[in-house]
Amino acid sequence: MALPPVVGGPKNRSMNQTMTATDPGLAPPDPTVVQVTDLRRRYGGSGGFEAVRGVSFSVGRGELFALLGTNGAGKTSTLELVEGLDRPSGGTVRVFGRDPYRDRAAVRSRTGVMLQEGGFPADLTVAETARMWAGTLPDPQPVDRVLELVDLRHRTRTQVKQLSGGERRRLDLAMAILGRPDVLFLDEPTTGLDPESRHNTWQLVRALLVDGITVLLTTHYLAEAAELADRLAIMHRGRIVTAGTVDEVVATHPARIGFALPDGLDPAELPALPGAQPPPVGAPAATGGRLTLYTDALQPALTALLGWANGRGLELAGLDARAASLEEAFLAVAQSGGSVEEEVR
Amino acid sequence: MTAPATTTSGGGLVRRLGLGPVSLRRIGALGRAEMALLLRNRTAAATALLLPLATVALFATFVTADGHVSTGALLATTMFGFLLLYVVYYNLVTTYVARREERVLKRLRTGVVTDVEILVGTAVPALALALAQVLLTVVAATVFFGLPVPVNLPLLLVAMLAGCAVFVLLAVASSGVTRTVETAQITTMPVLILSMIGSGVTGSVDSLPDGLARVFQMLPLTPVLELVRLGWVGTTGADAPRDFVGVLAEAGRPALIVLLWLAVGVSATRRWFRWDTRR
Repeated sequence: MALPPVVGGPKNRSMNQTMTATDPGLAPPDPTVVQVTDLRRRYGGSGGFEAVRGVSFSVGRGELFALLGTNGAGKTSTLELVEGLDRPSGGTVRVFGRDPYRDRAAVRSRTGVMLQEGGFPADLTVAETARMWAGTLPDPQPVDRVLELVDLRHRTRTQVKQLSGGERRRLDLAMAILGRPDVLFLDEPTTGLDPESRHNTWQLVRALLVDGITVLLTTHYLAEAAELADRLAIMHRGRIVTAGTVDEVVATHPARIGFALPDGLDPAELPALPGAQPPPVGAPAATGGRLTLYTDALQPALTALLGWANGRGLELAGLDARAASLEEAFLAVAQSGGSVEEEVR
Repeated sequence: MTAPATTTSGGGLVRRLGLGPVSLRRIGALGRAEMALLLRNRTAAATALLLPLATVALFATFVTADGHVSTGALLATTMFGFLLLYVVYYNLVTTYVARREERVLKRLRTGVVTDVEILVGTAVPALALALAQVLLTVVAATVFFGLPVPVNLPLLLVAMLAGCAVFVLLAVASSGVTRTVETAQITTMPVLILSMIGSGVTGSVDSLPDGLARVFQMLPLTPVLELVRLGWVGTTGADAPRDFVGVLAEAGRPALIVLLWLAVGVSATRRWFRWDTRR
């Protein structure tokens, strides 16, 4: 995927503003692009299922905010309300200070959307799809250029139904950026992509962020959130359970030290380690002769453990010390009630 | 950089319905894509193109058999009924359902294009084909089958346009209760059967008891075809044909029924139409 130096960005951006994106010291306070307050969405009337139960977050200009969560956590339901596809059953959504549902005409020309699946007639070719979509936009970028960005230039005569799943996602992304949006809403943008295409998409999204475009995305891939997100929120059963930067979210979870328990050693003989934490819910402390300890002070705890083992002449086989990761934070949320299913890939 | 969208104001009624300004450029972009899809879908293309042509051929045999001009004209106008029922109504029910299930409608709604533009743009090829076949039929029937030149061509065309509007609205509403393209064969039957019986497409209304005939006159296709027959041959049945102005006096009642069906269509659309697949 060839990236030209400047990806077609939002309208009316001055040179100065573009520079501030890479120089935070000169940046003006970031205006809020998306503001979600106590959002609720209920399906099927008052007796129905409440998929979104009081969600609040905000996304600043030029920021990438990721919504993570288990299946049915309410990510897509939330995103659709932010896109203005439906009226919330409670709470408010503001995009550039406007209601995206009621003020549709004013908001739509500034947003680019990628739905979770589908969206284009199977029998149209890539070129016909792009021409149709461009025909509905007030100020589209050149179609060829956008298809080039997602590496689909060679597929213009192919029907959508003959594209691979990954190619369809890339076509969808191309259509989302065709109208030079100021903010992008991407629902699982890299699902079904091979690793190379996924990295190319990440590269494209990063280039858009440098241009000052704001991105709100949902994803199943923790690596994607860790790679791209300035801030993220982990949703579970319609609520945001944890939110913040990747470091902030990870910092709320303990680090792990694991090793094979030496023969004949009673775990009670181990020394008390600095910052020791009880095992997280659902995580066993010992399995198959392997012991896992949790601490929020990894280096002192590890130093103490190794000093103790040296003093007793013990070898800790299979020693493994690891700071908390986004995966652990995610699993902790997912296991706080309900199964993880195939969420972590 | 492209030219700004051509925006036309749809007038008072459109605004009162909350429809707002309409962009012909955006409708054109959708219509063009839909036309490519229609021609690429063999079943839909056959329904839209071959069925009406076969109907014309059938009528041609009627005309040559008894040589009665008026009967031939009445039969030819029922061809317009088939156009409205199959090229417009049935074809569009399957199209709206297909686009909904592919999430095309939902995807379009994330963009700048308005709801009315999406529905109209999707209907463009069906409407264009129907109206083109109306004109072809009038020309062919006049030139080749010796049918009279329409008494009031404007009335004929207005009647067909109003008929298109009624059956587009009914198609939009019917698509809402149709889960898949295949089940459209079942969900379209009430409208198709009632329209055919009531309009005389399958037989003369005159042979029915008075009360039943009056009920049938209220069905959606009947008044449209009455207006078409008035516009073409100047009479709806056995009465002597009227002239250009004379037919307008008789057009009032069916026109009123058509307007009622437009209102029913708008309200049915609001009630049943779905933009998204069921969850």
